[in-house]
This record gives sequence, structure tokens and C-alpha cells, in this order.
Amino acid sequence: MEDSKKQQLISIIQDFTATTGIYLADDVEKRIRELAEEETIPHAKTMYECMIKDIDLAKELHRPLCQDTGVLQYFVDVGTGFPYINELKEIITEGARKATLETPLRPNVVEPLGEHNTGDNVGYGAPYFEYDIIPNSSDLRVRLYMAGGGCSLPGRSKVLMPLEGVEGVKKFVYQTILDWGVNACPPLCIGIGLGTCAATSAMLSKKALLRPIGTHSEYPEVAALEKEIREGLDSLGIAPLGFGGSRTVLNVNIEAAAHHPATLGVGITTGCWATRRGDIIIHDDLSTEFVSHKRLEG
Amino acid sequence: MKKVLTTPISFDQIKDLKIGDTVYLTGTLATCRDSGHKRVVIDNRMPDRLDLKEGAIFHAGPIVGKDEKGKQYMVSVGPTTSRRMESAEAEFIEKTGIRLIIGKGGMMDKTAEACKKFGAIHCAFPGGCAVVAAQEVEEITDVEWMDFGMPEALWVMKVKEFGPLIVSIDTEGNNLFENNKKIYKERFDKLV
Repeated sequence: MEDSKKQQLISIIQDFTATTGIYLADDVEKRIRELAEEETIPHAKTMYECMIKDIDLAKELHRPLCQDTGVLQYFVDVGTGFPYINELKEIITEGARKATLETPLRPNVVEPLGEHNTGDNVGYGAPYFEYDIIPNSSDLRVRLYMAGGGCSLPGRSKVLMPLEGVEGVKKFVYQTILDWGVNACPPLCIGIGLGTCAATSAMLSKKALLRPIGTHSEYPEVAALEKEIREGLDSLGIAPLGFGGSRTVLNVNIEAAAHHPATLGVGITTGCWATRRGDIIIHDDLSTEFVSHKRLEG
Repeated sequence: MKKVLTTPISFDQIKDLKIGDTVYLTGTLATCRDSGHKRVVIDNRMPDRLDLKEGAIFHAGPIVGKDEKGKQYMVSVGPTTSRRMESAEAEFIEKTGIRLIIGKGGMMDKTAEACKKFGAIHCAFPGGCAVVAAQEVEEITDVEWMDFGMPEALWVMKVKEFGPLIVSIDTEGNNLFENNKKIYKERFDKLV
């Protein structure tokens, strides 16, 4: 790979990573502003005003809007025709490292079972990578999720007995948010995964969280369950920030997969009100489309 | 009018505050989270220069930058989940004589009892509003325990009208978030 191309790709990933930490994705910011507008309870309104002030100050000062810029997780869809596959991991890792030092993002990564902070968000297994192969495509699509501490704490998955059914799924989700939602900076983005085992359900819940607000499962029954759980969670009224108000969530997305008849796996992953999620498509000529932040492309 | 606490914080400044009240802080504030609590409570070690008596701590791990003159400043410094420090906080209050703990979300019974016994309060700063908080920090005056790395070190700051801080545990041991949880639990029971 030509060095100039390599440097260009590193720089794209660096800018993409920094921008994701400073500006909320279009859909997340739009939804926060809607909830702030709708809220009628006075102390809850004050909290939303503080969030909006933070969003605006971060833009103005070009700083990460939350200090916890998380552990960087890259979900990479690799077109089989994308020309720079061999050095992909090295390039994205270097972009992440430079974004950490130069933005700056918070260096969060500590070595396994130790307290030693590596100082640049790079370590054994960090950033985290997940790859999908996309046939007949020459594009690279990179989705970034900044997994903060507070909003990662509620995450869990469990395998239910099939007879527990949808009611069991709902109860699991409501209980998790009742126990852990307050500290995860609500209103929350909720990702739910339904699969065979704990691991696949957990991963599907993360994929659900990566889907933009306002999109729905293509299975009508699952889409109806998204709405039902959203309304159920909102009736708890935990947001904003556990002080109590009219809502609990920004959205509820479910990714469901065909599963073993003897198991009903359910996973939940939560994002805070400041869910930092980026989505960029990089073409083979290294031109880009910043899918999650279209308003910045003007 | 804004109610502003100033360090050192006498018992008189906080004794009439009630859960749900909004206050601000002017003076010295130090970040202290998991590792700092462990060092004070379990390793029985105090900071070398920072005096915590009648002081204030912030459950937070900041992003610290350097300006063009090489001086460190707060880029972004929002609160972290206070509940993580629950197992150590009561003893931390007793050992240090701290008066004000700022964090995110609430703390639990053991901390509430210690607040009542030793005359301290816990306040919540709006979670995630980290640039708002950074703009209320005038300067970083010191840092201790840098061996923990940037998020866990004790960053000592001069702050001006730092807030809004919502009183979540008062000096009588009342607990806003635990009260709220009962309301959420009642709503949950109707749901399932």
C-alpha cells in the first residue's frame, strides 16, 4: 500500500473518531432536543437544558461532550473489493491512537486485571474489532461505538426457558433498567438481542444499539415489541438522569435471530443520553460519506 | 439567588440543606474515584499535599489537556457513577473529614448513615455534562497519584460556582435517589 494512501486512511479514521466524540449523531441529537422540548416537569427540564448547553459548548469549543469517551469499538463491514484490507487493523488502530492523543480523548484502556493505563486507548484487544464481509462491494463501512463505563454497567444477557416467552423478555429488560438505569445517564438508547445463547444475544443487542433511532425491525412482531417495551420503560419515568421525568429512553431497538427451540436468549446493551456512535462509508478512492453526521457535511 | 458553598465547608454551611436543593461550589475540589478510595480506605494512605478535611471531592475521571504554554487544563470533566464507591465511602468520610461528595446518581444506606453521623452531603452533578463542568474549573492547581493514570489520579482544581449540584443525601441521611427508586419500583410492579 502506498504510504500516502495509508496516511490518508489513518487521517480519515482519526477525524471520524474525534468527531464522533465531539458531536452526537444526527438522530441522537434530534431526539434529545425533542425530549427536552416535550418535557413538562420543571426540574427535569432544567436537566435537559444542561444537556443541550453541553452539546452546544462541545461544538463551540471542539471538545468531547462527555469526558468518558469510552473504550473504542469498531464494527467494520469490509467489501471484498476494498483495496486496503491487509493493513486495515493497523490503520484503524493508529487512527484511534492519534485521535486519543490529539483530540484529546480520555485514555481509558487499562491492561487485563491490572491498573496500568496504556495512555493511548490501545492495548491487548483494544480497540475492539468486529468484522463482516460484504460481497461484491469495494466500500469499507466503519461504525464506531464509544463504550462508556456508566452506560456499559447495565449490560447483561441471559438464556430464558422458551415457555417464559415474550413476557420473560420484557420482565428481564424492565428489571435491568429498574436496577441499573438511574446511573447509566438516562434517557437511554436500548439495544435488545434475541438469539440462542448468551453470547449471540449479547452481540445482537449491540448491533441493535448501533441501528439509528427511528429505524425498526423488519419483522412486524419484533417492531411491535420494540414499541411495547419503549412505552413500558417510559412508564417508569427514570429520565433525565434518574431525577425522574416523563420518560426513560430515547429509543428501543431489537435485533432478533432465528434460535434453538429449547432456548430463548436475551441480551441488553444500553447507551447513555450522549450515546456516541459514528457511521462512515469509505470508498475505494478514499472519498467518504459520514452517514451518521450528515449535517456536518453541509 | 444561587446558594454557594465555599471550601473549607463548615457544618453550618450544609446543615440546613435538604434533598432536592440546588447548590454550587466555589473553592477547592479534587477528583477521586475507585483507585483513590481504595488507597485511602484499604491501603490507609492520605494524599501528600491535599487536605481533605472540610473539603470536597468529585467522583470523576477527567480529560486533561495542555495549553500552548504547556499548562494543564480541564478539557472535559463530568461525574462518574457514585454507586461504585459505596463500599468505601463511609470509611472515606470518617477518615478524611470530607463534607461534600459530588458524583452521578445516588449512593446507598451506608453512605447516608455516614453523612448523618459525620456531617457530610452527597450531591449529583448532571451526568454527561462534562464541558459545562470543565468551564466552571478556573485552573488545575495540583495532581497527586498520577501512577493511577489520567482518569483515576487526584486532580486538584480551583472551581467557581461549580454546579448545578442537586443534594441527593443530606445531613439527616435523607436519600433522594433511594426515595425515587421506591417510586420507580411501584411503577415497575404495575408493569409486570
